[in-house]
Amino acid sequence: MKPQLCEEFAVRFGRYGGLFVPETLVQPLKELAEAYERLMKDGEFHSELNLLLKHFAGRPTPLYFARNLSRELKCRIYLKREDLVHGGAHKLNNTLGQALVAKRMGKTRLIAETGAGQHGVATAIVGANLGFETQVYMGEVDIERQKMNVYRMELMGAEVIPVRSGSRTLKDAINEAMRDWAASFEHTHYLLGTAAGAHPFPSMVRDFQSVIGHEAREQILEAEGRMPRSIVACVGGGSNAMGIFAPFLKDDVRLLAVEAGGRGPGRTDKIADNGASMGYGSDGILHGALTKILQDPFGQILESYSVAAGLDYPGVGPELAYLAETGRVLPKLADDKTALQGFRALSRLEGIIPALESAHAVGYAMQEPEALGDLAIINISGRGDKDLATVMDYENL
Amino acid sequence: MIIYICAGDPSPDATPDLVRRLAAAGADIIELGLPHSDPIADGPTIQAAAQRAIAAGMNTDVYFQMASLADVAVPKVFMGYYNMIYARGLDKFASDCARSGISGMIVPDLPPEEAVPLKDACIRHGVDLIFLAAPNTPPERLKMIVEETSGFTYLVARIGVTGARSDIAADTRGLIARVPGNKPKAVGFGISTPAQAAEVVRAGADAAIVGSVCVDLIARGEIERLEQLVRDMKSAIRAVKLQ
Ligand SMILES: Cc1ncc(COP(=O)(O)O)c(C=O)c1O
Repeated sequence: MKPQLCEEFAVRFGRYGGLFVPETLVQPLKELAEAYERLMKDGEFHSELNLLLKHFAGRPTPLYFARNLSRELKCRIYLKREDLVHGGAHKLNNTLGQALVAKRMGKTRLIAETGAGQHGVATAIVGANLGFETQVYMGEVDIERQKMNVYRMELMGAEVIPVRSGSRTLKDAINEAMRDWAASFEHTHYLLGTAAGAHPFPSMVRDFQSVIGHEAREQILEAEGRMPRSIVACVGGGSNAMGIFAPFLKDDVRLLAVEAGGRGPGRTDKIADNGASMGYGSDGILHGALTKILQDPFGQILESYSVAAGLDYPGVGPELAYLAETGRVLPKLADDKTALQGFRALSRLEGIIPALESAHAVGYAMQEPEALGDLAIINISGRGDKDLATVMDYENL
Repeated sequence: MIIYICAGDPSPDATPDLVRRLAAAGADIIELGLPHSDPIADGPTIQAAAQRAIAAGMNTDVYFQMASLADVAVPKVFMGYYNMIYARGLDKFASDCARSGISGMIVPDLPPEEAVPLKDACIRHGVDLIFLAAPNTPPERLKMIVEETSGFTYLVARIGVTGARSDIAADTRGLIARVPGNKPKAVGFGISTPAQAAEVVRAGADAAIVGSVCVDLIARGEIERLEQLVRDMKSAIRAVKLQ
């Protein structure tokens, strides 16, 4: 067999990426890749998406100069306000894009996985708005942790399917969605929520989230007349990070990707105390891609941990794994405590309650302000309303 | 007839004896599953078996010990997910297969396009790498898969995941008929009764692969019923072949 076959088969980021899925899913993924590549060149598709991003999602989101935080850290800090996107997080940028692709492909049903519930909510929103039957797989443990988001999804007509297999969290919800899709691809689109998984998901999700970086680039040039020295984003699977980083890859800008340090580097043979696949993981295959993952020496996937449900994933998108290896992106850690400090600080200093995920980016910046240079952008990927109960519980411990 | 069991379920120690009993009951090939934490091609039955086996202490080292101990005359074939192979190292894994009497590998999440490095390792150690084709595999690709596979082609009887079903899909017969060339073809996913096994053989398959129903009987401790099922499947298939 010619190795060349592989390159046509699936986009690679260095050695990372690929398409490691059961044969039944190969064809649906190829069809999705073809449709997405065709539509990315289709002006009408872009007009439709841009209208929805503007009038429905509320884009462009502000790039806000955080006066008080800047004073505190002695560095000019701007916040990219993805918390103001409809639904409360950047997730809608991707679900709108993919739902329109699904529509053009003639699909009538959407399935999705969700951990924190934010991606599930963003899928439920497009399901209701664009007229899809929507089912969201969610681990039993996460359903218990995120009751409000379950109710939000149900209000918008989505069905939440409890996942009882494996660790009953996000990775198992992805497994279950892939199993569903292997039988339902004829009429169903699998709307993956992060820049991970098999080709074309890492590229497609990055492209739909790149609107964050494109706006930020224009906005910072307008406000400051120059490029930022650094950009900070949190990393679960990598969609908000790739979304803001992608348009800056060729610029002299330090890209800081903050993973969940959780309780620390510890692990048992089943559970890691963190969600830091780049920080503490190794090469392996998860959900269709070769990337950095948290695993035991035999290749069993570990359960991850973070106070932020959206960062509680034992893998990372293959493009980030690659960019981290080349040194273009710098992986960093913020543990639970640092994230909670970021959460409180941004609330008090700026009157903005960030999602616990985004609070990892804020917490990191506060901990290592010298890494930021004199002008930084922090991606506030979501708002913190969903996390209030978690934070109250945490503080009472 | 190919019988799948999940190695280490209910316990690692039980596996070699189980393999011998299945061979004695008439299994022509034993497919020994290595349990994985995230088996995306498997339905609830095999998922549960994998969890039990991992909890009982099954890992890749133990797997190869048990495979060596299960000394049967019929071929043993590995079935498992690519990350387990990748974590051990492709060459070491293929060599461990050869040394423990495993003659082939089925890796459900590894399409031929991604399998070039593993295929090299398998060739070095004389182990077959068996590829899968599905009802939605288009003709050109089917041709490529049949060319690339060694040992036999694994025809996935239906879209979706593993698990016992009560019928044979129309898709299955279509897929069997579409396979070009004359390499052996085995049909699996959903086959649970002697009648279904006979039906796929009548439709042109060389073998039926039976998994979830066996795993289920093992989970319930009904080993004698399992042996009886294997004997019944075998005679149902033989009856078709004699026709
Ligand atoms: C607000 C928010 N930020 C970040 C993430 C992490 O995902 P990603 O790394 O794909 O941006 C999530 C995931 O649920 C989220 O809800």
